[in-house]
Amino acid sequence: MSNKTDIAKGAASAAADKPREDAALLPPVDVIEDAGGITLWADLPGVPKDRLNLQVEGDTLSIEAELALAVPEGMEASHVEVNLPRYRRVFTLSRELDPNKVEAKFEHGVLRLRIPKAEHAQPKRIEVQIG
Amino acid sequence: MYARSLFPRDVFAELDRLQREMQQSFDTGPSIRGLTRGYPALNVGGTPTSVEIYAFAPGLDPATLDVQLEKGTLTIAGERKAPEVPEKATMHIGERFAGRFRRVVNLPDDVDPNAIQARYRDGVLHVSVRRKEEAQPRRIAIQ
Repeated sequence: MSNKTDIAKGAASAAADKPREDAALLPPVDVIEDAGGITLWADLPGVPKDRLNLQVEGDTLSIEAELALAVPEGMEASHVEVNLPRYRRVFTLSRELDPNKVEAKFEHGVLRLRIPKAEHAQPKRIEVQIG
Repeated sequence: MYARSLFPRDVFAELDRLQREMQQSFDTGPSIRGLTRGYPALNVGGTPTSVEIYAFAPGLDPATLDVQLEKGTLTIAGERKAPEVPEKATMHIGERFAGRFRRVVNLPDDVDPNAIQARYRDGVLHVSVRRKEEAQPRRIAIQ
């Protein structure tokens, strides 16, 4: 019982802390679907490979990444357009996609994800009988 | 160009983005060359000895990037190709920039045009320009 309230309290305070500390940029994406699956491209400039976190949980695909720039000591920013140190974007996958076969490539700050459709969801041409 | 999705999936994320874009357009002063947003996004900073420019330009071949410094004006130009859309494929979301781009930054007067370094890493072009020796702060010894 007491355990439960602790968890609830923890969740509430986590939610309260969220807005500031957790604010993230929304990376622009392209999503292209062909017969075999979906290809997703996301712009994540400034993110080294080891700071990229991809997760599929149930039907949710989340992309989280942290920026790491080489900034000289004592630098003062005078003009800032990229004003948060992280990116985040979450997508809901549809049922015919196979989350176990996601392929990811990350090069020059661009993420390319290939999510194939499950075998049974591949399109089948249905012959139309005449007569 | 491809039509964008008429109904974004995540309304709240979309509202968030709108708000941020509005905020950004108020934050930065209007420039004679138009809106100061675009591709690539720019961060500019300085240290006592250098001026640092970060251009967030993912997905480029560094060899095709054109970086020029002329009369105190730094120009970053290039082209980014759109992803190939195979025949019979559908583009559901198309937000990433594609096409030719050019961004211009006016540098302070005290930079040394011969001491400029440009590096492209993780999709960010980092240009570092040293300030002239005589412009650097110097500690004056008291006799």
